[in-house]
Amino acid sequence: MNKVLLGVLLGAILGAIDGTTAWFTPEARAEIAGIVIGSTIKGIIAGILIGVFARKVHSLALGIVFGLGVGLLLAFIVAQMQHGYYFQIMLPGGMVGLIVGYATQRYGRGPKLQQT
Amino acid sequence: MKSLSDRVLARLQADMQMPDLSGTRYNLLRYVACGGMGSVWLAEDTVLKRRVALKVLDFAGPADDLGVRLLREARILASLEHPGIVPVHDAGTLPDGRAFCCMKYVEGQTLTQHIATLNLPDRLRLLERIAEPLDFAHARGFIHRDLKPDNVMIGAFGEVLVMDWGLAKVGVTSLEAGETEIARAVQPTQNSLHVTGQGSVLGTRGYISPEQARGAIEVDHRTDIFSLGAILTFMLTGSAPGELPAASGTMPRPLRAISEKAMAADPNARYQSARGMTADITHYLNGEPVSAYLENLLERSGRVFARHRTAVVLVGVYLIMRVLFILFVRR
Repeated sequence: MNKVLLGVLLGAILGAIDGTTAWFTPEARAEIAGIVIGSTIKGIIAGILIGVFARKVHSLALGIVFGLGVGLLLAFIVAQMQHGYYFQIMLPGGMVGLIVGYATQRYGRGPKLQQT
Repeated sequence: MKSLSDRVLARLQADMQMPDLSGTRYNLLRYVACGGMGSVWLAEDTVLKRRVALKVLDFAGPADDLGVRLLREARILASLEHPGIVPVHDAGTLPDGRAFCCMKYVEGQTLTQHIATLNLPDRLRLLERIAEPLDFAHARGFIHRDLKPDNVMIGAFGEVLVMDWGLAKVGVTSLEAGETEIARAVQPTQNSLHVTGQGSVLGTRGYISPEQARGAIEVDHRTDIFSLGAILTFMLTGSAPGELPAASGTMPRPLRAISEKAMAADPNARYQSARGMTADITHYLNGEPVSAYLENLLERSGRVFARHRTAVVLVGVYLIMRVLFILFVRR
């Protein structure tokens, strides 16, 4: 599968799972829909960035580091907006970025070379 | 009367076999090895200033069948231009009347010598590279008929060369009319059954296909597939098929199935091409199912896990972390 598309799909799925687990936090349950949508969008953005990076840079190690970095950064922004829950938001966010970074490098297919 | 020692006799024999290269472009450097048809010498091509291997027949004779046979081998090699097949530079008759064939001098080890230093994936990749020139030759109507570890050379830079095409069978369309197969026995080498012709046997024990061992004339390229399967067995167990049956128990099941399919008694039950066999080897190396082996659910799960170990571990860690978070929040 295309690296960017794989990144978007994986980011969206893991982002949605990430958001859904907020249901287990009673004080966040009222806003679950917004959290799931926001988390999914965050996952998609991370997926696009990591997928584009994977297209440009063919390195598993760099892909993982970049994925982790993007995941942590986006999660940090969300945590800043929430004024708290840094650990609960940033750890899964970083983990999602790491998984997407690994998957795009390992399983994503690069663009076809054009014959000249 | 004083008798000559073995060493002196051997020296005398070597001197007698020494080819006469006077008046040729070659300078003799040293003796390399002996084969079923003659001996191989290291020589220097004085025109191109390079080292070459000279394959020289032991006996002279202008109309000698072995001479025709050597010329035929040279023609086969000349028509098979492939990085995995040792190139021939020249062929003809020496001043002493012996036929010769000049080939690239390959410095390296035979597969038998080389194999001990390799791990399993590297051995399998090596087999894939042995199959490449074989597939190339089959596509052009040639059958090697004496494929064995000693006929595969690994060069100093890792190049893989299939050697000794002296027993190769030529497709009728591959050479000009009149170049029919030679039907005569040649000197047998140790552990070899080097004989060609109608109803006779050629090849090497352990690597020869059943139809070839029966002396069947109508052997096709699948006889080489059998030998390739035998080489796979050798590469995995360190011994030729039939030499040490207990050793096959240590082979991974899919590889054993590949070897068994390649070595099926019925040529129709074998892989129908060297490429087909290497495709299965590649599938095995990539952690994919092989066509020769029907795996059960447990084996399939194990293979999929082994292939995607990191991804499975990452997702597993993520899910465990999520569950722990939920439990933490509930407390």
